[in-house]
Order: sequence, then C-alpha cells, then structure tokens
Amino acid sequence: MTATEVPAKARRGVIAFALELWDVLRRPSSVFGLGVLVLAGFVAGVIFWGAFNTALEVTNTEKFCTSCHEMRDNVFAELKSTVHFSNRSGVRATCPDCHVPHNWTDKIARKMQASKEVWGKIFGTIDTREKFLDHRLELALHEWARMKANDSLECRNCHGADSMDTTKQSPRASVAHQRFLFTGEKTCIDCHKGIAHKLPDMKGIPGWQ
Amino acid sequence: MTRILSLILAAALVIAASSLAAQTQSGLRGPTPLDTEGAAARMTPTRNTTEKEVRNYPEQPPLIPHAIEGYQVDLNGNKCLSCHARARTGESQAPMLSITHFMDRDGQFLASVSPRRFFCTQCHVPQHDVKAPVANDFTDIDTLLSRAPPGGRR
Repeated sequence: MTATEVPAKARRGVIAFALELWDVLRRPSSVFGLGVLVLAGFVAGVIFWGAFNTALEVTNTEKFCTSCHEMRDNVFAELKSTVHFSNRSGVRATCPDCHVPHNWTDKIARKMQASKEVWGKIFGTIDTREKFLDHRLELALHEWARMKANDSLECRNCHGADSMDTTKQSPRASVAHQRFLFTGEKTCIDCHKGIAHKLPDMKGIPGWQ
Repeated sequence: MTRILSLILAAALVIAASSLAAQTQSGLRGPTPLDTEGAAARMTPTRNTTEKEVRNYPEQPPLIPHAIEGYQVDLNGNKCLSCHARARTGESQAPMLSITHFMDRDGQFLASVSPRRFFCTQCHVPQHDVKAPVANDFTDIDTLLSRAPPGGRR
C-alpha cells in the first residue's frame, strides 16, 4: 500500500510543479523590465550559441578524432604515409577536412549521423583490429556514398577543377582529368578511392577487379 | 738477411695496400673505403610519362613508365588493374595486360588474371632517371643481328 502511495504522491508533486512553472512562464513579468528580459535573453543566446559552436569545433579536430584508439591505430596510422599527411610543401589534410562537410547545414547533418558513431564507440563495434577490418567495407561505403552524392565536395574544398593546370600534371593525369573530371562524367571519388586509407575488399566496386 | 727479408715484406705490404685502395676506387662504392659506409645516393623522382619504354630483349617484362606510389596491390584489390584490366582499357586507354597473365601453371587459360600473375611489381618496375653507376656493355640483339655479313643468314 505504502509502496504505491509514495510514487503517486511524487508524480502529483511533479505535475503540480510543472503547472506552476507554466503559470509563471505564460504570465508577463512583474519584476523585470522588458528591456532587461530582452537583453538577458540576448546575452544568454550569445553564450549558448558560442558554447554550442565551440563544442562543435572541438569535435572537429584531429586531436578529438585520434583520442580514440579506433581512429588513432587504424585510419590515422594509415594516413601518415600518404601524400595527404606528408609531402614536399607541408600542407596537409586533417580528418575533418575530408570527413566533415564545411557547409553548416551539411555539417550539422553529418554530426547527427555521427551519433551512430558514439553508439559504436560505447558498445565497442570496432574496438579491435579484427572488428575494424570486418567493418571496413561498410565504413568505406558510407564515405564513398557521401562523396559521390555531394560531387566530392570535401575534395573540392581544396582541389578546384578550375585551378588545375593540366600542363603541370603528368600526361596520364592530364588526359584523365580532361576526359572525365572537366566533362563532369566522373567525380573525384570515382577514381581516387583509397588515397588516404587502405582499401577494403574491392570485389564488385566499379572500376576495380 | 733478416733486414732484406723485412724490407721485401714491407714493400709487398705497401703494394698490396695500394692495389686494395685502387680496387675500392671503382664500382658502386666509389672512393669509400671498405670499412666505412658511404653517403647514400640522392633520391630522384620516378619517371612519370605515358610513353612505353623499349624492351631490351623480347622476354623482358615491360617497364612501368609512370609513378605507382601508393598503389595498393594486395588481397583486397589491385590498383594497376583499375586501368590495365581487359574491361578497363576502354576508359583508361592503357595497354591491356598480356593474355599470358590469364594462364595458370598448367598452361590453361582462366577467365581473368591468374593468381600467380597478380602481383605486378614482382616483374614490372617503375623507373628513375639516374646515371648508371657502373658501365654496361649490353648489346641489343638487333644490333648483333645487323652485324651479320650482307647476304648472310638471319
């Protein structure tokens, strides 16, 4: 009897509190001036937005990505030997340069998708090398699909077709870019798969044997 | 007597040492003494063209005239075949790998590349523009054949 009574009373208390709060919120303030309220709201908004953006930016750094061993020991280790990490001019791409869209709405959409990755982290979906290799094709397919859908936007943030001097490219690259890239027949990711990380089993992937 | 002997021995030692020094002057080592390690040769960029290199002899595996840095060739895939496979040559205009690569060791032709011919760089290698460190008097077979007397058997 008492066991059911206590939660019932507590529930009533919560409901009463919520009603009271609603009453306060819907009535005009009798203590603060409108100017104070507007200003306080503005300041609170700035602080909230700033904090949100700062937190977002923190998750957009290579340091954040490689703080998990799944990324540090697999994909980041593979990146290090490629031209996107080490090259003659010292310009390099970090994880978010290629894996997070720069445009705000696309970025937020990607961040929402990344909640699945938080799930994976918590439940250890790829927490060993073997599990990572088992999932590599699936992970790669996601990235290829995203790049194919947005016309390799993350590549083009740095590599503009308009700025390509084909006379300075090797003959092979020059011909291929003029035939397939400039005509729009293909996009970067169609040919340049596996340039920053090792490839999964490529059987059945277009362009591969 | 002993003095003469030791003189001869000393002279022999000097001659031996100088001839040894002369020996180490040539070859790939250069002037570096045998007991030290010389400076590494400068690295040069890979030759990166589309032009075929002439084979030195008919059986020579064709050389790769372009850069292949970062090309993945393993159990998961073969980047070379992205251009040189039969079905890919239309887009790439690259030479198709020879039909001999479809043959297994019993001489049977398979439908696609035989596993034993999958790892391209076992035979085909890219080239760097470097000066040959040692002289080479290799003579092309066509040159040898052309030395035959006029009217002689080919």
